[in-house]
Amino acid sequence: MRRPFLPWLLCLLLGLAAGCLRRESPVDQGVRERILHRGLAADPAEIDPHVISGLPEINVATALFEGLVAEDPADLHPVPGVAERWDASADGLTYTFHLRADARWSNGEPVTAADFVRSIRRVLSPTLGADYATMLYVLLNAEAYHKGIQADFAHVGVQALDPRTLRFTLEHPAPYFLSLLTHPAWFPVHLPTLERAGPPEQRGNPWTRPATFVGNGPFVLTDWRPGELLAAVKSPTYWDAAAVRLAAIHFHPAADVDSEERAYRAGQLHLTESLPVGKVDTYRRDAAGPLQISPFLDTYFYRLNTTRPGLGNVQVRQALALAIDRAALVEKVTRGGQQPARSFTPPGLAGYAPPASLDRDYTRARALLAAAGYPGGRGLPPLEITINSSGNHRVIAEAIQEMWRRELGVDVRVNNMEQASLLASRRTLDYQIMRADWAGDYLDPTTFLKVFTSDSSNNHTGWKNGEYDRLLYAADRTADPAARLALLQRAEALLLHEVPIIPIYHFTTVRLVHPSVRGWHHTLLDRHPYKHVWLEPVP
Amino acid sequence: MLRFIARRLLQVIPVLFVIITATFFMVRFVPGGPFTAEKAVPPEILRNLEAHYGLDQPLWRQYLNYLGRVVRGDLGPSFKYSNRSVNEIIADKLPVSLELGATALAVALVLGLGLGVLAAVRRNRWPDYLASSVGMLGICVPTFVMGPLLVLFFAIRLGWLNASGWYTLPDRILPALTLGFVYAAYIMRLTRGGMLEVLNQDYIRTARAKGASEVRIVLRHALRGGLLPVVAFLGPGIAGILTGSFVIETIFQIPGLGREFVNSAFNRDYTLVLGTVILYAGLIIGLNLVVDVVQVWLNPKLKFE
Repeated sequence: MRRPFLPWLLCLLLGLAAGCLRRESPVDQGVRERILHRGLAADPAEIDPHVISGLPEINVATALFEGLVAEDPADLHPVPGVAERWDASADGLTYTFHLRADARWSNGEPVTAADFVRSIRRVLSPTLGADYATMLYVLLNAEAYHKGIQADFAHVGVQALDPRTLRFTLEHPAPYFLSLLTHPAWFPVHLPTLERAGPPEQRGNPWTRPATFVGNGPFVLTDWRPGELLAAVKSPTYWDAAAVRLAAIHFHPAADVDSEERAYRAGQLHLTESLPVGKVDTYRRDAAGPLQISPFLDTYFYRLNTTRPGLGNVQVRQALALAIDRAALVEKVTRGGQQPARSFTPPGLAGYAPPASLDRDYTRARALLAAAGYPGGRGLPPLEITINSSGNHRVIAEAIQEMWRRELGVDVRVNNMEQASLLASRRTLDYQIMRADWAGDYLDPTTFLKVFTSDSSNNHTGWKNGEYDRLLYAADRTADPAARLALLQRAEALLLHEVPIIPIYHFTTVRLVHPSVRGWHHTLLDRHPYKHVWLEPVP
Repeated sequence: MLRFIARRLLQVIPVLFVIITATFFMVRFVPGGPFTAEKAVPPEILRNLEAHYGLDQPLWRQYLNYLGRVVRGDLGPSFKYSNRSVNEIIADKLPVSLELGATALAVALVLGLGLGVLAAVRRNRWPDYLASSVGMLGICVPTFVMGPLLVLFFAIRLGWLNASGWYTLPDRILPALTLGFVYAAYIMRLTRGGMLEVLNQDYIRTARAKGASEVRIVLRHALRGGLLPVVAFLGPGIAGILTGSFVIETIFQIPGLGREFVNSAFNRDYTLVLGTVILYAGLIIGLNLVVDVVQVWLNPKLKFE
């Protein structure tokens, strides 16, 4: 006679439970042992600072490497990093950095000016195919060297005057130059280590494995199990090690926002990377709770294909841009504290006031459409919004579809595509209206405005405007900061008047921050220098 | 039997060849490529990258190169994980999926066979109704509901286990239960059906007439025949359970191959797509062969033909 299995299984489960009853959670243990558990939005594909491009990878690289300048934890303004001080020439074209004597690689060797020169040479080498090589184009002749026009690296504007002095010569004055240097593309790598692992200027060099890794940041890589865990411990050779309060950081890639939130509730994470939209309201009810919403330098917008009939007409584009109720959209649809976008550049860039011109104005929108020859939408070729299926793209598109139908009488279809296919049809201009977003890489309006110059590889709208290009070019050659920002403002006003894109909202980062985490600030680029972060027991 | 197995193994080669060829060209004809991203790579950089990976050569030459490499057991470099080879990724992640699959399979077999036999023996009485309800539940409740519910109870409410991850041994419990439960439900229903059919056969009646004990009749005489439908199901079932489950691996953040397989298609990681397809095809072919052999062994009416 067989005994029933169910009671047996329950016994097993209960027995097991008794063995491991409520244990100390990783979060509590982390506070005790000074180990920060941080969620990452995706599994880092690579952590070589010269090859990476995504935010999860950047958030790991900033723990493992340090550039010439570092970032202030509160507002990310440049503070001394490997360089203890620097001077800029009066014309803003030459920067001289003085490296600190005690800057060390994790293998104990000193970080020298030559390391930086060789690292910059690596990023710009045509064979590496570094995504962010364009960030270095501000250096004299860097673009020519990278594109193979100039074969001799000696002509590029970087020079080691002695082991501890580094000189940069710029192509044009750039008030944001120091802010650029905090991007991983400018971080130094230890070339001898790379050479031992494989050709340093080729893709696929496996030097970033824990066994061979050498970095110069406050933490050093000790464990990397893809899809599972990436661990870094405090580096004893880091020059400012005395100031580093965390003993280790464990990065946990979370491919799914819902399971990341569950991991937080189960006490596995101090910091999540995001929060499911549906959970925001629940956490919001607890004002003192772990929910943190802060502005992020990223704009959600629609690209318009200006080579298509209908959309080629500037009045039609203006009408579409004015007939969107952005406030209702962020309040009822996205619900994560986003800012309605009246400009392409997000607010918060020091000194720059974007020209706000895209307020909701249905009457003007209807008049513009009529003036374009399509009164009440009659005669306008049917439009199509192309989106990819993830996130809230569909609900946003449907809300806008309804606004345009109701207010303008314009007939719009929503076309759903898989992400990579969507990007492929973007490149060939095989779309009419397409969802897009752009995240800034450094704290200056040009990180947004340069996207829509005629020769930009990210334009994808068919819109080319000589005046716009000229304004941006002139801004680059204007040393006076106020005059420069005025030129940029004129450029953006032109962009918003011509509307090759319709800005919709500015992003926020929405995440859960455990109350034990200290020294964690709201920053526009969502970067958080880890040497200033610490954990404190919660009473 | 050896001739049967040898002949079947020979058939594997053309089957794999067709699968590789079809997959190779299908992934290439899908729009987009491994280097398409929200922030587009400048054309000069793109050309360098394509040259590095040989994507600038004519497609037929890339295909021949790839075949040549596969024959030597080299599945090529991954595009997304630029410092890892596909061989390395599979070697890293397949064991995780196998471990999860084997544990889930154990749960499925113990639960499924146990409840199935019980339901058949106590037909139309409360143990049968109970087992059948559990089976119905397992089939109806999807894993993405079952998994989070288990997490909610055992990880968040009781704080006994981690909600996700694959760090320690207890982390295997919830995913294995979630994945195993679905298969247990199917196995339970198939076992019950198979057993009921066998229990009505003449030879069982003969065994009863001879005074064999009920336990002996069920375990010794009936079970072997009753398992036939289960074994037929287990072939593809085991392949599915072992090769990893995208949903389970996502819910529980398990670094297995199932998630990699699905994501590689989204990332247009051509070599990783092909590598995992080859592996899965091989597994399914192999397991079907094992099932055929076992079926002949269980059922004397079948022959190796």
